[in-house]
Amino acid sequence: MGGQPERRTQTPLAIRVEGCARTFPDGVRALDRVDLDIRAGETLALLGPSGCGKTTLLRLIAGLDHPDPGGRILFDGEDVTALPIERRRVGMVFQSYALFPNMSVAANVAYGLKIQGMAPDMRRARVTEMLEMMRIAPLADRAIDQLSGGQRQRVALARAIAPRPRLLLLDEPLTALDAKLRDALRVEIDQLLRALGTTALYVTHDQAEAMALGDRVVVMTHGRIAQIGTPYEIYHRPAGRFVADFVGLMNRIRGTLSGDGVRCPGGIVPLAAAGPSHRPAGARRPGDGAPVEIQFRPEDAVVAAPGQGHVRGTVTASFFLGDRVRILVEGVGTTPLTVETGGRIDPLTDATLAAGAPIELRIQSAPLAPEGEA
Amino acid sequence: MTRSVFRFWLPLGFTLLVSAFLILPVLLSVLAGVTLNWQRGPAGGLTFRWVAEVWGLYADTVLRTLLLAGATAIADLLLGLPLAYVLARHPSRKARLMEELIMLPVAVPGLATALALIILYGGWQSLRGGSVFILIGHVLFTLPFMVRSVLAVLAALDIRTLEEGAASLGAGPWRRLLTVVLPNARPGILAGALMVVTLSVGEFNMTWMLHTPLTKTLPVGLADAYASMRLEIASAYTVVFLLMIVPLLVLMQKAAAAASGGR
Ligand SMILES: Nc1ncnc2c1ncn2[C@@H]1O[C@H](COP(=O)(O)OP(=O)(O)OP(=O)(O)O)[C@@H](O)[C@H]1O
Ligand SMILES: [Mg+2]
Repeated sequence: MGGQPERRTQTPLAIRVEGCARTFPDGVRALDRVDLDIRAGETLALLGPSGCGKTTLLRLIAGLDHPDPGGRILFDGEDVTALPIERRRVGMVFQSYALFPNMSVAANVAYGLKIQGMAPDMRRARVTEMLEMMRIAPLADRAIDQLSGGQRQRVALARAIAPRPRLLLLDEPLTALDAKLRDALRVEIDQLLRALGTTALYVTHDQAEAMALGDRVVVMTHGRIAQIGTPYEIYHRPAGRFVADFVGLMNRIRGTLSGDGVRCPGGIVPLAAAGPSHRPAGARRPGDGAPVEIQFRPEDAVVAAPGQGHVRGTVTASFFLGDRVRILVEGVGTTPLTVETGGRIDPLTDATLAAGAPIELRIQSAPLAPEGEA
Repeated sequence: MTRSVFRFWLPLGFTLLVSAFLILPVLLSVLAGVTLNWQRGPAGGLTFRWVAEVWGLYADTVLRTLLLAGATAIADLLLGLPLAYVLARHPSRKARLMEELIMLPVAVPGLATALALIILYGGWQSLRGGSVFILIGHVLFTLPFMVRSVLAVLAALDIRTLEEGAASLGAGPWRRLLTVVLPNARPGILAGALMVVTLSVGEFNMTWMLHTPLTKTLPVGLADAYASMRLEIASAYTVVFLLMIVPLLVLMQKAAAAASGGR
C-alpha cells in the first residue's frame, strides 16, 4: 500500500484440500467432499452465492473448524488437519474484523508479534512499518471504537499480516464497506497481496472482486466446486450454466445447425463467429439440423448498420449506464438478449434505440453448445 | 404558555412528587434515628447516641454482612464467569434453557428457596448453624445476576469471533482468556459484582429463614431492632444500613454506565 513491504524470505505455502466435507450437527451438509489445490504464492478467489459453503471451506483451511472424518488439509505436504488454528501460522481477516476493543490500534497489530516472542524494539518497528504500509500510522493510539469501517479494515489487514503468516485468509473483507471505499481498498489489497507474495485465499460473493483479485477463481455452489480457472477462463469458458450466469450476463440463442451457420428466428449466425478456441471442449461437431445453442456475453455483440448484421430483432428497452449503453433486444432467439455498446449515445433522444425500433446485431465470438448443455 | 406548562412544569412537578413519595419515608426514618426523642420531635434535640448504640450492638452483624457479601461475590465470580463464558461461546437452545433455569431462584419467593435449602441441608447441623448456609442461599439468589451481567457484555462483543481472531494470531486458550476474554468482560464483571454485593447486603426473605441468632445479617438485625427496641434505635439502624448501601448503589450506577456507554 504506502511503502513497499520488504520481500519475504520464506517460500510461500502450497495448500491441498483432500476430500473435505463438513456436516453440521443439525444435519446441514455445508461442504460436499471438496478437493482443492492452492498453489504456492497465488491469490485464490473463492466465489459463490450466499450460503454455498465458502466460509465453511475457509474455516477448515484456517483450522477454526475440522472436516468430517476422511478429509485432510495439507500445508506443503504436511498433514495439518488436527492442528488448531493457533498452530498453523495463518493470518486471517474476518468479515466483522474481530479487532480487540480492549486494545489500541497499535496493540492490536502488535498482538501476534508479542505471541511470537518478538523483542519489544523490533515489535515497535514492525508495527510502525505495518501501520505506515496501511496508511494508518496517525491512528496508532486510537481505540478501536473510534475508527471508521475502512480504517478498521486496514487495521485488521495490518494485524493479520504483521506476524508474516504463511497463508492469508480473507473472508469477505470488503462487504461491510460502501461501494467507493470498496473499490479503493480492493486495489490496495490487490497490490498488497502481490507485494507480499504470500499464498492467499480471498472469499467473496462479488464476481467483480473475485476476478480483479484472483490469480485463479474457484466458483462454488451448494457446497461443491463448480469450476476452477483463471478469471478469463471462468468468464469466457464457463463450465456450466451456473458459472456462466453467476459471473456475468450470458445471452443464449437456440437454433439449428445449417451449413456454416446457426439458424435462429432472427437470422443466421455464421459459425466463424465462434472462434476455434470456443468449441466446447471434447465435443464433436454435431451434424446439420442438430439443435444447438449459441452463448455470448453482452459485450460480444455490436450494433450493426442496417443490412450488415447477423441477426435482426426489436429493441425493448435501453439504459444509459454512463460508460456504456445497455440494450435489451427480443425477437432474435426465444429469450431476450442483453447487449452493450460503448460510445456517446443517449438512448433518450436516439430514435434507433427507442423501444420498438428494429436493430441489427453482429455477434463477434460465441461458444456453441449442443442444446441443453452448458 | 400552555405548551410550557405541559412540556415542562407538569412533568417536573410529577417527578418531584414521585421522588418525594419515594424518599420521604427514608428521610423521616433517618431523622428519627438522630433525634433525641421522637415524641418531642427534632426540636427536642439531635444526637448520634442511637447510631453509636446500634454500632455497639450490631458491629459484628455489620461485619458478617460485609464478609458474606464479599464471599457471595467471590463465589458468584468463580461459578458465574465460567458459566457465562460457556453460554456465550455456545449460543444454543440448551444454553438458553440453562440461562432460564438459573433465573429460577429469582422468580421463586426467597422463602420457598430457603425452605428448599433447609429441607436439603437442614439435617446437616454444622452447616445449618453457620454463615455458610446463608452464603449458599445468597449465591443461589444472586448468581443469575452475575451471569446475566457478564453474558450481556460477552454477547454484545461477539466474544467467539474475537477469540478466533486471537487464535489466528497464535494465541492458545489460556492466553485468549487472559488477554481478550477477561479484559473485555471487565465492565460486566464489575457491574455484576456490585449488583451481587448490593443484593446480598439487602437480602431479607431468605436470610430470615436461614439465619440463627448467631448468624444475623443487617436486614435481619433491622427486623430484630424494629421488633424489640425503641423507635429511635431502630431508625438509627436504618441510618447505618443506608451508610453502607448508598455508596454501593452509587458505584453500581457508575459501573453500569461504564459497561453500557464505555463501548
Ligand atoms: N455452525 C453452523 N451450524 C449449522 N449450519 C451452518 C453453520 N455454519 C454454516 N451453516 C450452514 O452451512 C451452509 C454454508 O454456510 P457458509 O457460512 O459456509 O456459507 P457462505 O458461502 O460463507 O455464505 P455467505 O456468503 O452468506 O457468508 C449454510 O447453509 C449455513 O446455513
Ligand atoms: Mg460466509
